[in-house]
Amino acid sequence: MTRGFVLTRLVHVAARSALTYALPIGVFIVLWQVWSDVYGVPQLFPPPSTTFRTLLSMLADGSLVRDAAASMARIGTGFVIGSVIGAFLGLLMGSSRIVREVLDPYVNFLRFISGVAWISIFIVWFGIGEASKVVLIVYTTVFTVLLNTVAGVVAVSPNKLRAARCLGASRRQLFFLVTLPATGRFILTGMRLSMANSFLVIVAAEMVQADSGIGFVIIAARLFLAPDVIFSGMIVLGLLGLLSDRLLTIGSWLCFRRYYLQN
Amino acid sequence: MPWVLKGFNLLIGKGEFHLVLGASGCGKTTALNLLAGFERPSSGRILLDGHEVTGPGVDRMVIFQGDDSLYPWLRALENVEFGLRIEGLPKRVRRDKAREYLHLVGLAGHEEKFPSELSGGMKQRIQIARALVCRSPVILMDEPFAAVDAQTRSILQEELSQIWERTRCTIFFITHDIAEAVLLADRISVMKAGPASCIKETLVVDMPRPRSPGDPVFARYYDRVHSILTTGVRRASERQPEGRQE
Repeated sequence: MTRGFVLTRLVHVAARSALTYALPIGVFIVLWQVWSDVYGVPQLFPPPSTTFRTLLSMLADGSLVRDAAASMARIGTGFVIGSVIGAFLGLLMGSSRIVREVLDPYVNFLRFISGVAWISIFIVWFGIGEASKVVLIVYTTVFTVLLNTVAGVVAVSPNKLRAARCLGASRRQLFFLVTLPATGRFILTGMRLSMANSFLVIVAAEMVQADSGIGFVIIAARLFLAPDVIFSGMIVLGLLGLLSDRLLTIGSWLCFRRYYLQN
Repeated sequence: MPWVLKGFNLLIGKGEFHLVLGASGCGKTTALNLLAGFERPSSGRILLDGHEVTGPGVDRMVIFQGDDSLYPWLRALENVEFGLRIEGLPKRVRRDKAREYLHLVGLAGHEEKFPSELSGGMKQRIQIARALVCRSPVILMDEPFAAVDAQTRSILQEELSQIWERTRCTIFFITHDIAEAVLLADRISVMKAGPASCIKETLVVDMPRPRSPGDPVFARYYDRVHSILTTGVRRASERQPEGRQE
């Protein structure tokens, strides 16, 4: 796995993505146009042309960048904090049976309560500012990362640990030299999944209480009956999500690719 | 609770290449796990050089059957130096030592490869190098060549024989392959079928090395071991019609 290999692999992935995305996007835009024409009321179902014009004007006056940045900052902060907490608790639960048995009921109860259900409570507890939104993303991220991490720790093959014990590893060394690296790819998978969840709940939170963010843009557009703005917000969400996921995947592959390898 | 092993007595000499042979499910791996210290005996004692075995230790290395004991995120060289890293040796020293042992097992030039880039036979060589580099007096091998193809197996057997002659460590090697046992062993212990298994008979293989399966003496030993092994299995399968899976 040389530098050259990494580069060609990246170029290959980029070229393939361009091809696999260009066609579906083209088909999508044509279908949208046709459907909008058939519907016949562009004020309620704007065609792609109107929507893209709105999108460009939002981009030009800087409001779109400001709102996207606000949403991304909330997601980013909550995602990082939540991943750290989730991975830490997951490693702890996976490594210690006592911790696992004590925490398991709480985890399996709470993970079924959507973050959305907590929004009002978090606003009351953490205020109407950024804190409540970040806490919401942390909450959303923790469980997915945690459960994946526990699954990863449990899946470490006993012979890897036994071999290390033969070679004289202490409990600490077993953890840092075997369990943690063997669990790496599970943690990263958990992070990827929770990134998607974060995008889902942040919109809801910004709709309930915010003065910025893509969710706020969408809910405000409802009041002015501006479906083109709603569509623009949706497109931005989809693009940002796609971009974040790709960045996370490629980034983790570049930095941690040896932890994705299997025997 | 039924016994897995009962009345299991074995004395292995220093520097001996000892093979334990038995049918699947007879408790061979349990015996090895006890020696390795992965499991504790519910009664009885295991002594190494007069000291009781209470857990895994660097004086007894295990070579596992599969490749899942290697660390896929480490390169071949890094896998071999794992024990030295735990020991806390400086990087330069352990690099050099690991490289030396990687050469010994015939993997020169593969230092930078990850296990996923190596064949089954090569991965077993890495395991052997990882154990040898720690210079343990005892090596415990759990059917290490059972999962590689026949041709690679015979090469690995020959190489192991040479490595053993050079290092003179004590090897405890379990297998269900009679030819492998006759080829490698100083002594062969044949186990009774389980449960409550023990050693039925131990026999000395007095044959110069390198040994060849074509040798008539080899064939005589093969037949002898085969008859000891099968009488027990037949009796056991009459008792337990379904047999047992290991």
